[in-house]
Amino acid sequence: MAVNDIPQHPPFTAEFKESLFNIPEGEKIQTCLQCACCSGVCPFGFAMEIPPGRMIAWMRAGILDEMLESDSVWMCVSCYACTEVCPKGIPVTLALMTRAKEEALLAGNVPTELQSALEFSDQYSNPLGESSRKRADWAEELDFEIPIIRKVKRPVDVLWFVGDYASYHPRVKNVTKAFAILLNKLGIDFGILGSDEHSDGDSQRLAGERGLFEKLAEKNAKILSRCEFNEIITTDPHAYNAFKNEYPQLGFDFPVRHYTEFLVDHLDEITPLFKENGKAKVAFHDPCYLGRVNKIYEAPRQLIEAIPGVELVEMAHNKSTSLCCGGGGGGMWLDGFRWEKAEYRLSEWRIKEAVAVKADILAVSCPYEPPRFEDATKAIAGAKKMLVKDIVELIVDAIDI
Amino acid sequence: MTQDIFLLIEHIQGQVSDISYIMTAAARKLAQKEGGSVIGILLGSGAEHLKDTLAVDKVIYCDHPALAEFTSDAYERTLVSLLTEYSPRAVLFGNTTLGADVSSSLSTNMEFPIVSSCIEVTESGSLISQICGGKIMVESQLADKTTLITVNPGGYKPEAGQSDSTPETIKFSPPDLENLKVKLSQYIEPDIGDVDISQEKVLVGIGRGIQREDNIELAEKLAELLGGEVCASRPVIDQGWLPTSRLVGKSGKTVKPNLYISLGISGATEHTEGVIDSKTIIAINSDPDAPIFDIAQYGIEVDLFDLIDPLLEQIESVKNESSG
Amino acid sequence: MTEIVVIARLVPDLVEELEIAPSGTALDLSWLRVIINEFDNHAIEQAIILKERSGATVTIISPEAEGVEDMLFTTAAKGADRLIKLTGIGEEKPTNLSLAQTLATMIKEMNPDLVLNGVQAHDDITGDLAPQLAQLLDMPYVGYISGVSLDGGKAKAYKEYPGGILAEMEINLPAVLGIQSSEEPPRYVAISKVRQMMNSTSIEEIQSSELETESGVVIKRMYLPEAAERAEMLEGDEKEVATKITSILQDLGLL
Repeated sequence: MAVNDIPQHPPFTAEFKESLFNIPEGEKIQTCLQCACCSGVCPFGFAMEIPPGRMIAWMRAGILDEMLESDSVWMCVSCYACTEVCPKGIPVTLALMTRAKEEALLAGNVPTELQSALEFSDQYSNPLGESSRKRADWAEELDFEIPIIRKVKRPVDVLWFVGDYASYHPRVKNVTKAFAILLNKLGIDFGILGSDEHSDGDSQRLAGERGLFEKLAEKNAKILSRCEFNEIITTDPHAYNAFKNEYPQLGFDFPVRHYTEFLVDHLDEITPLFKENGKAKVAFHDPCYLGRVNKIYEAPRQLIEAIPGVELVEMAHNKSTSLCCGGGGGGMWLDGFRWEKAEYRLSEWRIKEAVAVKADILAVSCPYEPPRFEDATKAIAGAKKMLVKDIVELIVDAIDI
Repeated sequence: MTQDIFLLIEHIQGQVSDISYIMTAAARKLAQKEGGSVIGILLGSGAEHLKDTLAVDKVIYCDHPALAEFTSDAYERTLVSLLTEYSPRAVLFGNTTLGADVSSSLSTNMEFPIVSSCIEVTESGSLISQICGGKIMVESQLADKTTLITVNPGGYKPEAGQSDSTPETIKFSPPDLENLKVKLSQYIEPDIGDVDISQEKVLVGIGRGIQREDNIELAEKLAELLGGEVCASRPVIDQGWLPTSRLVGKSGKTVKPNLYISLGISGATEHTEGVIDSKTIIAINSDPDAPIFDIAQYGIEVDLFDLIDPLLEQIESVKNESSG
Repeated sequence: MTEIVVIARLVPDLVEELEIAPSGTALDLSWLRVIINEFDNHAIEQAIILKERSGATVTIISPEAEGVEDMLFTTAAKGADRLIKLTGIGEEKPTNLSLAQTLATMIKEMNPDLVLNGVQAHDDITGDLAPQLAQLLDMPYVGYISGVSLDGGKAKAYKEYPGGILAEMEINLPAVLGIQSSEEPPRYVAISKVRQMMNSTSIEEIQSSELETESGVVIKRMYLPEAAERAEMLEGDEKEVATKITSILQDLGLL
């Protein structure tokens, strides 16, 4: 009988370094100028013992063990700020930080809170550890039927991929219900997967769990391949990113749009529905995976500006320089760990910027954001009265249902 | 087979455990139905006096140095010999770190059927067990031969099994207790210096729902405002977030505060058996079906993180009013 | 080489709602989701810790159930050497005694030094598996263990007592131990490693002997706890509830 050896020491080895070059454009790491822009722009760079720039320097010097000793990689929120700013076009987020997380995770170096989110994702197909059978329970709180594809057994025009937090989180469920109300009002022919839907897996991937991501993607692809629809829409930029950029690499091609793009196409039908709505200054927070990663900056702004009485203001960091809410790259499951390291919350930084432009409302369009920013408004001076609303909530609030 | 109901008296370091009194109360109910006596089995070394406070009819006492403190091997050998001689209607064991070490192996050894996790004996003599973390109840009956029963705390108050009148003793000669395969080397006491939660008047209990170590400070703040301390169910202790001295329930402490506020504890019996005697229990949990709501006086179905800030604010403002 | 056998069972997942079978005397297994018994997961971890510390071969035996292969491959990714699925488990939950009998026959042939099992399973109604198995193997049993080391034919194990007291027990090997918690929380293994194991490891299947589903104790009925016993639920938004709680605290004389 072959004895199964337990790997004792994980491998930030030369092989790891070589493996980075196999990632698309990964060989660009060799062109690094050591300008430290990546470390400087990183929202948690100040709390990292080994920020990305230094990681590259140390790898060049062959110092790989020390990288392992450090848990700096778990401070990375996968926000793409480093990738965006790199003058040599190095895919820092994907080729360096995510790979380093994968390596740490393979070695079993995983913060406890992240561990349970990953275990839950595998067991229940959502990181919250909620019953997968209750994934569509939010729909019962509405006074009209939400078509679940397995039950209605017919093709639909639009398949709405609801996502994890949108399905389960008590605050985010309000956004989900608002979107359902709007789709219903617009007479869209749509359906959801209900309890057959699995986590899109994108944040798990960016937290270093590529295997889990693939497993979840395969499950989603299997169920989607049995459904007839023209396109997928989602309120979740992480799910959007998965379907748009990652699933195709696994051979799963499904047309997808974020709900902001979808609704912009329906603005002609929405505009006549608006009622008198008061006045409000609204700042928009670009979600990393809508903005920087997928370059959708205008659709959300078009929607906000269409709402009567709204004045759109821009915060200091906006569009391609937008700040992460802190939830990306597994951040939703590392709050305790990161607080311990940094004693700082990125969401509070963002709320300070919203206060600085005197916003009455911070508009968002990602399910990670409402709870994170609402928490932050309680902690920041001058933000106690600020509302955090998803764009779809602002729209539904402004029309007669 | 007689109609008598036996129970194994549990004691550690010279102290009779509460479960022994609880079993006495349950055994009394069963004896009333079956028409026999309630008989305690006491194994020890110079420990006969431990029977004095138990409301049993008789005690069978077996004295041997190897029985001074519990070990599974010595207990099992003695019990096999004792039960072979007496053949009672039923034998009750605590579903505890002590009773569970011998009850199931005895059941196999002697081919006696066994019923687990009994919390109550009904008027008609049925056994009510609680399984699946308190989510499922089972009603069963004694088999047609000697039946072993493991008893969970919760169904009876220890006082119901206490008495001032000293029961009569029957001496039982120990079997061969040489070459034991299990020996107690030593007891290791928990670190002293930490608070004794069993003496606290107000406790805030936290469970898996607290999610992260740094959230514990929210519970500590609440406890501090109310002049109490924080304790926890096993998942929190297993993570190393609080010391074992703060563990409530099976293999932890039994607490009896005036107020127990549970935050994110689902209420598996392993935990609730340690808090059931609290005067008032307020349970906060996001799962409407959490069994903790079965033992609490007040329940709130909410995400605890949504409630905790308004609650802390409210309490602080009331305290400020009354002091100002 | 030290031989360690771990019995790992899947039990009803309490995150899901449980339902009673039409018979009224059992759980409805058709609608049940199962998950590894948490204590068994600790037993697996403890076995792997022992292997890391001083070398051992670790065999995991699991009665078949939905998802048992995934669970077994996960243990292999953690370091288990041999995976065995016990087949022939019927629609109804067998008694622990008959499960112990079939396991004892298998385990005797393996001649292990140590058998680990979770100390209890929450769905058991007819006794605990580990002590029954110990009896059939004629091995000593100690349960509620939270730490084990092996030394020259003996195990030193820490048994938990109420109040945080630990009893250090010396147990002659071979022995069966009922694990309450492993020395370190169960580790995480990346899914990619588990998937690798699916390609490189195999699961042996062993057919169980005929299993009993009745123990002699008559189960009259199974039911969900009655709602009448439940707490008074405080309703309202967070602020209203906070006010209600505060007034209860005032009534209790705490503020």
